[in-house]
Amino acid sequence: MTSPAEPPRPIKVLIAKPGLDGHDRGAKVLARGLRDEGFEVVYTGLRQTPEMVVSAALQEDVDVVGLSILSGAHMTLLPKICAGLREQGLDDVLVTAGGIIPDADVAALKETGVSKVFGPGTTIREVAEYIRGNVRRSS
Amino acid sequence: MSVGTGDSSLADRARKGDRRALARLLSEVENRTAAGEQALRLLYPQAGNAHLVGVTGAPGSGKSTLVAALVTAARATGRPVAVIAIDPSSPITGGAILGDRVRMQAHAGDRDVFIRSMASRGHPGGLAASTVAAAAVLDASGFPLIFIETVGTGQSEVEVASIADTTVVVQAPEMGDEVQAIKAGLLEVADIVVVNKSDRPGADRAASQLRAMLTVGAQHDRAMGDRPRPKRPDVLLGSAMTGSGVPELLAALDRRDAARRERGAETLDAAALKRAEAQISGILAQRVSDQLRQPGRADERSATLRAVATHEIDPFTAADRLLDLLGERGEG
Repeated sequence: MTSPAEPPRPIKVLIAKPGLDGHDRGAKVLARGLRDEGFEVVYTGLRQTPEMVVSAALQEDVDVVGLSILSGAHMTLLPKICAGLREQGLDDVLVTAGGIIPDADVAALKETGVSKVFGPGTTIREVAEYIRGNVRRSS
Repeated sequence: MSVGTGDSSLADRARKGDRRALARLLSEVENRTAAGEQALRLLYPQAGNAHLVGVTGAPGSGKSTLVAALVTAARATGRPVAVIAIDPSSPITGGAILGDRVRMQAHAGDRDVFIRSMASRGHPGGLAASTVAAAAVLDASGFPLIFIETVGTGQSEVEVASIADTTVVVQAPEMGDEVQAIKAGLLEVADIVVVNKSDRPGADRAASQLRAMLTVGAQHDRAMGDRPRPKRPDVLLGSAMTGSGVPELLAALDRRDAARRERGAETLDAAALKRAEAQISGILAQRVSDQLRQPGRADERSATLRAVATHEIDPFTAADRLLDLLGERGEG
């Protein structure tokens, strides 16, 4: 049974690297940083297909999906992931992206369901604050 | 009990195969919400059919990779499989890296494989406080085989053995000599010891040393009569990377399961009793803790904590005082 004194549950975040680029340092640093911010971070690693990301987000019941992509395939992969999440009824999951994504693509990505694109130089604190301020689930 | 509420329908949907509902329900259970508790009341009578296999061992011994290989082997026989993989929470920030899925991504898209990571959230012993409850939810949702992978353990995190039907301890080559093998603790509670990474040098020697030290003493066992005695585990060699030894391990697990079920017909399984005790103890502790944090008692609780911290009173007196506090309210 819940009690008023119980601490709020940690925010659960999935960090995944869709596609074929092998640069996972950023994703790992972010995962570690969000851990230090008190989040529970599911890390699934490199070379994830959209199907893998959606399946992990569903089974883990995460609040946030953070996608790191540096390959240039973001316009193909990220909309597929967003569509897959919606298809599974995960409309309330906050989707963010980071890596190397040209400014010109950001508006189009937002239309497909990516809430926020973090560019190079973003601090972990900024990412954590954004997530805290925008997580949609209340339970 | 109210039926037809949102909680019961979540339980109902999970039981009927709705994976989204199952995932959400596991969160409710993990977060110990009223909705989770309500759902568990409904689901518990439908659980009790699955084979719960605990997998434990040192960090880096290959638990996740081995579990992934076992999932593949079990799927080849057509069975749905669930995995609960626990990783440690930070004692400082409460955050966690749940990294076991990295090794288990081969089954995305197979709806009969359900993998769930859990942070330990301060629970000692290699599990999370709600692991048993989560396993019951998966059990009631139709998974006949459930692997529970502990956090990386050392020598004495034996809790998993009290909640699993069968306990697998994973060792890697070159992790110690025969003296390590005769130390009390984790190895004593193993039903099966797997020397993983059998593709590496030293694996055969490690297995024969373990076998020599763990499986001797059958004669001594008989002489011990009814006194509690350590298990005599099977020692198997395996390589999660190459897949060698994995079908044999799954077969050994199935044999254990069959034997357990046969015994279960005559006597109630000791594991089931221990599991019941662990669950009730956990809930009792939580209930007591919740009650003490209620507005009417929270001040007295804080004062008592401070009194122990400053050595004004001893912790036994403090515990008795808090129990009395609960009693007063309970009767009044």
